[in-house]
Amino acid sequence: MRIAGMMRVIGDEISSDLLYPGRYLTLSDRTEQARHALEGMGAEWPGRLAGFTILGAGWNLGCGSSREQAATALLAAGIRLVIARSTSRLFFRNCINNGLPVVTCEALGAVLHDNSRIQVNLAAGRAEYAGQSYQFPPLPQTLLDIVRDGGLLARMAAS
Amino acid sequence: MKPQTLAEKILTRASGKSVEAHNIIDITPDRCFTVDDTIGAIIRYHRDAGVTRLAMPERIGIFCDHYAPADSAEHASDHSAGRRYAAAYGIRNFFEVGQGISHQICVERGLVMPGELVFNSDSHTTTLGAVGCFGTGLGALETAYVWATGRIWLRVPPTIRIRLEGELTPGVDAKDACLALLQIYGAMLATYCAIEFTGPGAERLNIASRMTLCNMGVELGAKTAFFAADAVTEAHYESLGMTINAKVAQPDPGATYARNIALDLSAIEPLVACPHTVDNVHTALSQQGIAINQAFLGSCTNGRLEDLRAAAQILAGRRIAPGVRMLVTPASSWVLEAALREGLIQTMLAAGATLTTPGCGACAGLHLGVLGDGEVCISSSSRNFQGRMGNANAAIYLASPATTAASAVTGHITDPRTL
Repeated sequence: MRIAGMMRVIGDEISSDLLYPGRYLTLSDRTEQARHALEGMGAEWPGRLAGFTILGAGWNLGCGSSREQAATALLAAGIRLVIARSTSRLFFRNCINNGLPVVTCEALGAVLHDNSRIQVNLAAGRAEYAGQSYQFPPLPQTLLDIVRDGGLLARMAAS
Repeated sequence: MKPQTLAEKILTRASGKSVEAHNIIDITPDRCFTVDDTIGAIIRYHRDAGVTRLAMPERIGIFCDHYAPADSAEHASDHSAGRRYAAAYGIRNFFEVGQGISHQICVERGLVMPGELVFNSDSHTTTLGAVGCFGTGLGALETAYVWATGRIWLRVPPTIRIRLEGELTPGVDAKDACLALLQIYGAMLATYCAIEFTGPGAERLNIASRMTLCNMGVELGAKTAFFAADAVTEAHYESLGMTINAKVAQPDPGATYARNIALDLSAIEPLVACPHTVDNVHTALSQQGIAINQAFLGSCTNGRLEDLRAAAQILAGRRIAPGVRMLVTPASSWVLEAALREGLIQTMLAAGATLTTPGCGACAGLHLGVLGDGEVCISSSSRNFQGRMGNANAAIYLASPATTAASAVTGHITDPRTL
């Protein structure tokens, strides 16, 4: 799987409360969720995702609550890939199981800058960024397959 | 067979094949619960996927705790949809408004057993490790998936062993030990790992303290955190009229650990986690001048009888400072009833505290104690992220029940030993 696009970059320790404030947990409509993606960081943040398909972040992205809207709101806002120095376990699972691939790579995460272009080959575990090539451990095949299926919903429907 | 950590042992039993750290396995849990803030999404996913039967309704439970009683039509409708769903699919374990927090109910009523693998759509499911149970959180879609298919992928975690030495000193409790770990090692100590608490200090801790430590394990990044089953665990189940097989919840001698850490409990002081991260930890003494507006005693971290006792001891014969409100939210109806029998609630009300319905209370910022702009809250709960208690323009300090109560009395952050 190859993904290329423009990347919006946020900082370290961006909790699920910042990714998606708790007061919007009852919103089930994905378009409405998208309007509140990253809103915990400030009212201007949902709008700042427009035109970006990749989200870059620092350490411990998505720490805190198990709310999966932290992942689904990003998807609804048009994000197709998350790259971070590290993520919380629950945020990682929520992304993968909803079909949003995650790359965790310390070396790459350390050099990301906002409003830049990146190209990633998920299965090969390789990224091309700012004229450099970066290697990262690819997602295990089981998880790549889930991402390729678009998440667990399609599998559940087929089961 | 290679000696196994407790995580490997439980996942080997549950998956039916020998596993080791870093394997990705397909597994059926012994239990898979949800809380009210996720039930609406699960029902929608099942509708969208055309799910008409559940793989194991007898292993499922639904808990009304995050916004109970409901504060809005939307939240109330989640509860009513959950009730209809439970009735339609034969889910007997439905816990109503006022019963309390899922994790508390699971342990205090023996709903989960040592050595079991338990999922719940709540990050603090790690709390169940207090009784040697592999508890871990799931998101909404994956919970819906487990309910429909009975299975899900899981990564076998490597384990960090934390050896607790010495004894906590008066005025210091398990919450301070959690904060000490966050202060020393940071919020990423155990990302995607399991934690085993061991050592002489661990053996002396009661179930309530063990629950607090395992609960905050997720704030250290852990997938699960536990205490191996021992005499304390056996005594807990005995008090419920149940017997356990402790061996299924004990690691093998000689198992391989990713890291070994020691923590001297006797050296810990009352601590607070300052805004807006759980590992921004300082001594309560060093924060003494900070004025508070709200003190919250409750949550799955610290809403137990032992926590209410610690707070009541401080509040006895004192008054909460003018301009400060103190909210007391027992973790469950059982905790509330026991606290009433002991006179703890009466003591706290006499001091000016406000009692709320058992449940998650103000912790998740959804109801019962949302903060106002510019306000400061000291809280016995587990998270102080910006916006956590419903307002991004408020500040949250995390502390033990004793520090929370002492601060309510003085109106500013206070080391309980100085009162």
